[in-house]
Amino acid sequence: MSSGLYAHVAVQREGFSLDAEVEVGLGEVLAVLGRNGSGKSTLLSAIAGLLYPDRGRIVLDDRVLTDTAGRIQVPPFRRRIGLLAQQPLLFPHMSVLDNVAFGPRAAGVRKREARQAAMTHLAEVDATEFAARRPARLSGGQAQRIALARALATGPDLLLLDEPLSAVDIEVAPALRALLRSLLWDRLTVIVTHQVIDALVLADRVVVLEGGKVVEQGLTMDVLTRPRSVFAARLAGLNLVPGTAVPNGLKVADGTELTGASEAIDGEPAVAVFSPGAVTVHVDQPTGSARNVIRDRVTALEPQGALIRVRGSGGVAADITPASAVELGLSSGSGVWFVVKATELAVHPTHGHHAVTAGDPPDVEGAAAAAAWSSADH
Amino acid sequence: MTQATKDHTVHVGLPNALWAPAAAALALIVLPLVGLIVRTPWNRFFGLITSESAITALELSLRTAAVSTLLCVLFGGPLAVVLARGRLPGMRMLRSVVLLPLVLPPVVGGLALLYLLGHSGFAGQALDAVFGIQVPFTTAAVVLAQTFVAMPFLVVSLEGALRIGGERFETVGATLGASPWMVFRRITVPLILPGLGSGMVLAFARCLGEFGATIAFAGSLEGVTRTLPLEVYLQREVDVDGAVALSLVLVVVAIVVIAVARPRAAEGLR
Repeated sequence: MSSGLYAHVAVQREGFSLDAEVEVGLGEVLAVLGRNGSGKSTLLSAIAGLLYPDRGRIVLDDRVLTDTAGRIQVPPFRRRIGLLAQQPLLFPHMSVLDNVAFGPRAAGVRKREARQAAMTHLAEVDATEFAARRPARLSGGQAQRIALARALATGPDLLLLDEPLSAVDIEVAPALRALLRSLLWDRLTVIVTHQVIDALVLADRVVVLEGGKVVEQGLTMDVLTRPRSVFAARLAGLNLVPGTAVPNGLKVADGTELTGASEAIDGEPAVAVFSPGAVTVHVDQPTGSARNVIRDRVTALEPQGALIRVRGSGGVAADITPASAVELGLSSGSGVWFVVKATELAVHPTHGHHAVTAGDPPDVEGAAAAAAWSSADH
Repeated sequence: MTQATKDHTVHVGLPNALWAPAAAALALIVLPLVGLIVRTPWNRFFGLITSESAITALELSLRTAAVSTLLCVLFGGPLAVVLARGRLPGMRMLRSVVLLPLVLPPVVGGLALLYLLGHSGFAGQALDAVFGIQVPFTTAAVVLAQTFVAMPFLVVSLEGALRIGGERFETVGATLGASPWMVFRRITVPLILPGLGSGMVLAFARCLGEFGATIAFAGSLEGVTRTLPLEVYLQREVDVDGAVALSLVLVVVAIVVIAVARPRAAEGLR
């Protein structure tokens, strides 16, 4: 790969080891999924140059940044890699504008031009109104948007995002996620997260780290709808139904329409997301409005904590009480109706479109079709 | 025992046994000052503190303390940054060495300086031979003695400020493409300015009160090395009223310094 990022990082510490290899192609967004202690933050630190691995090689657009064999370690400030962490960490002694102008100033741009550039980047994140403010007088979501503008203002070759949404209020996370999506879609990016939605909305591809090893990688929808590793399965834990966004919902390949809150643009690839706990199971066709009804056949009944997980042949899963399971007389092969309230179902845009242009079209289409109606769960 | 406060939070109460010794400790600090104030000859006060020798000593004290504080900042500042951020082996031992002037009797420090820079010291001989410079018993010796004893105050409060702040902002600066020097200039320094301020005030106060190291290394020549504390000591032999009046001046200066710096100084030293 001549453009993009190649990183092999091996770190051995007491009670912790990381030995992972990732590649990110030109303009691609890679999500690194993993739980705490899986090594994902260590991987990011090594790429940013904040940590010298025991063994490893990191190459960005043909520039060797780290090579333990050749004892090469380019310092962070010469890497042209932007970093957005959980905390915005805006410099408290500078105005918002000067925070964003800091990168251009560091690159030698004159003060006036740097401030003009900063204004443009503030406009990108819709935050020009805060230009004169001190960071202490911003909300968490505002500060994170400005931290994003500050990272982008340096024009980095690679952007690293370390759980960028985990510290912002739950109400502002969707808007910030949508902003990230609009700004990152053609930008070489590695995002570390443990949120499936982040990976789903932002990433073309996913790498799953467990115990410091890459246990799974592939196109985002593939990994999340057909997880092969235990961790990815537990992580996913949600029903994911791919299709095309329509007003107020999603149209599935077989023509079924699902209704729910949508963050996607009509006609674009999208995915309906709902938890198995939000699905009710009926043996007779249910009636009533504002509900999504999916006809299916039971393939398996599994214990799920104190509940029973009902799996449909299409991949949708539902969690119901043992009493309901008995009452409904469910068994493998039963015909059922899965019902999800519109308020429990969310439609998110996916990176399918981008993956098609960047990757291998027939494969992606095939994967999407095969993934239809499959669910990812425990 | 619990007690509710105005903001409705409930604090675990203090053991009664602590009040008496705490009051005694406070009395030990405050009562001597009261004694000094009671003893002050108020009718002659203004005349005593404006006598020629008193003014000369005060001027010398302020001048040397200012220069010493500046030296503490110029040399102790970088030392604090190196101690807080450096990654050298033996850093922990270096940190203890810096505290030495704080725990050493100042007169011992003065003697040590004398046997380094005096005519029998190896550095003193070298300076004399090469440049014809003799340091002891000059105003420069006063400045050196004061810098020696005051340096830990600046280094410790600055290092505390650096540690509390952490390295997070510096790291962000580096990922934004700023060189180490630019990070230091535009991020590190502005963020530790409060710590620097309190460190400077503490160092200045320590310089102003310096006695032991000064008299051992610089002697007591009027207008050259006789600072206000030395003048107080000398006056005590000839005119107790003068010594008391000048002492009160030093007390007032100390109180002003504490009033300006105390809250931040406490933070810096935490």
